[in-house]
Amino acid sequence: MNTFLHDWGLAVITFLPLVGAAVMMAIPRAEEQLQKIVALVASTAALAVGIWILAEFDYDRAGSMQFEINRRWIEIIHSRFSMGVDGIALPLLILTVAIIPLCVIYSWNHIPSPGNAKAFLILILILETGVIGSFVAHDLILFFVFFEIVLLPMYFLIGVWGGEQRQYAAIKFFLYTLFGSALMIVAFLALFWLSGANSFDMTELHNAARVPGALSNTAQVLIFGGMFVGFAIKVPMFPFHTWLPDAHTQAPTVGSVILAALLLKLGTYGFVRIAIGIMPSYASHKWAPVLVVLSTIGIIYGALGCLAQTDMKRLIAFSSVAHMGFTMLGISTLTDFGINAAIFGMVAHGLITGMLFFVAGSMKERYHTLELKRLGGLLVSAPKMGWILGFCSMASLGLPGLAGFWGEFPAILAAYNPAEGLSKALFRTCMVIAAIGTVFAAGYLLWMFQRTSFGTPKDEFADDPHITDVSRPEWIAWTPLLISIVLFGFLPGLMFDVTNPAVKIVAAAAGIGG
Amino acid sequence: MWFLTHPWLIPALPTLGFVVILLLGKRLLGPARAHWIAISLVAVAFVLALGTAGAWISHSDHDTPVTSEVAGYAHVDPKCSQVAASVAAEGEEAIAPVATAHTSEAGHGEAEGEAAEGGESMSQPVVRCASWWSNGDSQFNIGTMLDGQSVLMLVVVTLVSLLVHIYSSEYVKGDRRYTHFYAFLQLFTASMLFFVLAENTLQMIVGWELVGLCSFALIGHWWEEKPNSDAALKAFITNRVGDVGLLVGTIILFFSAGGTWNVIDINTRANTGRISHTALLVASCCLIAAVMSKSGQFVLHTWLPDAMAGPTPVSALIHAATMVVAGIYMVARLYPVFFHGLSIGGSSINLLAVVGAVTGLFGSLLAFVQKDIKKVLAYSTVSQLGFMVTALGVGAWTAALFHLFTHAFFKACLFLGAGSLSHAAGHSFNMVDDMGGLRKKMPTTFWTYVIATGALAGIFPLAGFWSKDEILAGTGGANDGVGTYYFALIMLLLAAFCTAAYMTRTIWYVFYNGEFKGDTHGHGDPHENGPRIAVPLVILATLGAVAGFANLPKKMLGIEMPESLALRFEHLVEPVGAFFPGHGVGFTHAEFNNLLAIGSLLVALAGVGIVYAFYWKGALRPLHGLAERNGMARLGKRILENKYYLDWLYTDVIVGFIKKPLAAATYWFNQNVIDGVVNGVGKTAVASAHIVYDQIDQGVVDGVVNGTATFATETGGGLSKTQSGRLQQYAVLFFAAAAVMAGVLVLAVK
Repeated sequence: MNTFLHDWGLAVITFLPLVGAAVMMAIPRAEEQLQKIVALVASTAALAVGIWILAEFDYDRAGSMQFEINRRWIEIIHSRFSMGVDGIALPLLILTVAIIPLCVIYSWNHIPSPGNAKAFLILILILETGVIGSFVAHDLILFFVFFEIVLLPMYFLIGVWGGEQRQYAAIKFFLYTLFGSALMIVAFLALFWLSGANSFDMTELHNAARVPGALSNTAQVLIFGGMFVGFAIKVPMFPFHTWLPDAHTQAPTVGSVILAALLLKLGTYGFVRIAIGIMPSYASHKWAPVLVVLSTIGIIYGALGCLAQTDMKRLIAFSSVAHMGFTMLGISTLTDFGINAAIFGMVAHGLITGMLFFVAGSMKERYHTLELKRLGGLLVSAPKMGWILGFCSMASLGLPGLAGFWGEFPAILAAYNPAEGLSKALFRTCMVIAAIGTVFAAGYLLWMFQRTSFGTPKDEFADDPHITDVSRPEWIAWTPLLISIVLFGFLPGLMFDVTNPAVKIVAAAAGIGG
Repeated sequence: MWFLTHPWLIPALPTLGFVVILLLGKRLLGPARAHWIAISLVAVAFVLALGTAGAWISHSDHDTPVTSEVAGYAHVDPKCSQVAASVAAEGEEAIAPVATAHTSEAGHGEAEGEAAEGGESMSQPVVRCASWWSNGDSQFNIGTMLDGQSVLMLVVVTLVSLLVHIYSSEYVKGDRRYTHFYAFLQLFTASMLFFVLAENTLQMIVGWELVGLCSFALIGHWWEEKPNSDAALKAFITNRVGDVGLLVGTIILFFSAGGTWNVIDINTRANTGRISHTALLVASCCLIAAVMSKSGQFVLHTWLPDAMAGPTPVSALIHAATMVVAGIYMVARLYPVFFHGLSIGGSSINLLAVVGAVTGLFGSLLAFVQKDIKKVLAYSTVSQLGFMVTALGVGAWTAALFHLFTHAFFKACLFLGAGSLSHAAGHSFNMVDDMGGLRKKMPTTFWTYVIATGALAGIFPLAGFWSKDEILAGTGGANDGVGTYYFALIMLLLAAFCTAAYMTRTIWYVFYNGEFKGDTHGHGDPHENGPRIAVPLVILATLGAVAGFANLPKKMLGIEMPESLALRFEHLVEPVGAFFPGHGVGFTHAEFNNLLAIGSLLVALAGVGIVYAFYWKGALRPLHGLAERNGMARLGKRILENKYYLDWLYTDVIVGFIKKPLAAATYWFNQNVIDGVVNGVGKTAVASAHIVYDQIDQGVVDGVVNGTATFATETGGGLSKTQSGRLQQYAVLFFAAAAVMAGVLVLAVK
């Protein structure tokens, strides 16, 4: 069995959800219960394989690719079906297979209008395949295919099950990301042709790009630029973020959760694995100042955006801009310390902001509005939900002892001492500004918490029987996330020890002479 | 030694209490069991803390004396500290001072430095740790550092916490969130102890923030009312402002100390000239920002009076005795950083001393215009914290901690006394309008309150007299050749006068001032509270009376103290070793100064006397109604009543600006400029795509279109066929364009 896992495990975990989707296609739409069970089974099966991989993963070799698959695929364009996980991909892979079943459980009796559990869940499963594939792909074309697969289901999730302005938000999301993808594929193709590599395999490209004279400095900077646009839109970094608040606000709850917890991570993961991991250090060093400045602007800008919001969900959406700013701050230092922090931050943000969107969605269902000025007294109407919201707000503002802190503080720390060759003055200035950003984070999150949860309910909701406390599917979906937030808060080593060896390799690739 | 190597058990107990109360919840537990779990766990923690203190005292009698040869790392696990490891490997040369300007400068206080002379038996810190996590090549530990300073705080925190736990079981009885209250008290106690025991700065940050969280939750305990939640938010966010300094400061120290978080490492390296003066200076200034917010120093003190919105036991525990001294504790912990960074030994003015002295005086002035008894005490706390910060700023390390120690008892006593009054007298804290004449009705509260007031005012022989006097002496202004912080001495003497005066004013309004004016809402006449409130008051008042004897001077008014009584506190608490400024460089230990002691006592008595004459005797006619008659006095009163307009500056000007114009402008920019560009580009692209689309073979595209459109129909609506179709066209066109662009790029840069 273990040989099978090592040979095929990644292909299985990637396509299991797709198989589930295919089965669901065959089941008539009316059999809603069965549809849900199949979706749950498929995503739980993927989770089981994920846990198995977690158990079989060789942590002493966390720096190298494991469970590798390398088969012929599309020879005519020199692309191979090549997959693998290392310490960087593993946490994100597990995050993905853990979040999706929780979303399915949450959807059990929360299928948003206009209903149709079948299509809704099928799309989520297709989405899962896309995200998993992106995290484990070791071939640029394969990565690109999965990266694009993600787009369409999310487009439909927003466009069909979304809020009032769903069509605008969905098209904007789609076109914006597509625009980035177009530049990204340009960069991929150019890298392949110019470096003279034999295939799109990431390791091979990494090596080929380092052959002296293979890539001129201009070519390096331009190629990195193409990747930058593609990934920066996905992250999203200032000023490419405007699709995000719209998409988040309009998306159904589960869509927002997946968007925040998983999709945004594709961008940051791309930066670590592809832009910095493959490109020679000249390009990373040229772009790092851009990254650090934009991420610092994003931290403050996102926070100010939050303070201007009147809608709770849109506020949380804007907070993602600020939080991903911290992640990108870590990455931009090009140090192992900073990139480790970034990966921790990605997972932490996935757990915490995912939870915030879950709670916001559940509140929307009860109140039918998320207008901040109409809310209040959640702690009176639904005390448990109120405390969960408070807990998540605290986690999100980076309280030590909870997961968010270990993504944020080490990223700030890393900016004090960026990689050799980067301007210390610039990074230290950004560090101080980013640290000031934590004050804003406390401001908007606590302000939101005060407006929604403290005080007494407004008259219109005072005796509303629909405002009930946390329901059973909600408990089942949320408990694992809440526990993880505490667990990683107390034992950050659980993740840092896994990512560290792999990150060191990436940081070495970005270092002077790398 | 067992006690000294296992102090982690002490914070573990209240943590356990928090988890148990949280998991069992109020339905399973019921109010009575919640408080018994909490009280008994803290009681055990207190016993353990006493055991630790006992072990420390006997340890200090038997330990190898620290001399110029023995640097004091004998009990530091080399795993935890780089310095200890190199001392173990290479001997003392590893920490030989590097000659730089700031280590060789002549001190302030060369007169003494008896500890460094060696021979005396002093205890060495005990450090234990476990590996917590690692990142890159940096290792992060979690562990405990036990020395005089942390032992002191262990005892203070567990004792005050225990008394507050007991007191609350009566005071908060029947509260809407009784179990919740105890859960947070437990979490607070655990976090504070975790902070106190921290062996590295990262751990300190964690504890620092966690006590902030508990403070937030407990200030906002009655969050149904907006002012309470406002106060909670204000406390948290103001503290976050200071935390920026904490984060930046510790990061600077981490890197400049050579990649270590360990307190002993940082201190040794700061002390032996291995960290540049600039780094120390910048780091100390950053950390002072953190002290200003956490320890309520001017100009970030504004949250502390508002924090009185929380239940009174919380004010006593968190906002008087323990959490607010975290800033002082942190400075004392990293003292070499400040001592050398601010050149405390060789200057007559520095940021720390200024902040402390200004806070000491300006805080005490604000206490005069308050009607709310808790606000008086809050400003008094602000002012007393200013005394401690000044002490640290002028190099009187021991005096600062000694005052921290005595202040914890008498201030907790005063807060609990205020709670006792309000509990009996109709739940109001307005001493001017709702109290009065309570002296006979509540004798226990009255006497404990008077004793604690005397201690706070610095009346001989109560605790505050000794500790405050040590601070005044430490400013050096009265001792020949020992420092020259005259301005601090003058500010603090004025503050001491004000302290005595405003506290006497409080006693007038509460206990005298004719008959009782309040309304007990049908509970009859106010009467003394039960033992669960009265006993903690008596214990704290007793401690407030006698705690000062812990550090009796060697010689006073010509009388020599026996060796076994003199300077016990200093002997047990003050560190000696290469990680403390006493080792090798001059460090102040001001002698007891008879003149200053008598002078400051007279100043305090003058404060009491003037207020006595003013209120009790109705004397000093010209002062009555002065503010109505004199423009300057009116202006002064208005400034004080408006709290120097700082709240207005912060809330209305700064926060108002960020929240309204700045955030709104940013959002406008976002929606109209950035998004405008995005939408514009999108529309243009779509328009041009249509033109292209009309030109190309529609058959190719249509195939794809129909496939997706069918799916879109299946999904049940929302998207029309044409829209999905268009999407596909865009996609195809994009990729066609991409391929072309890739080709162009390759040709261009080849």
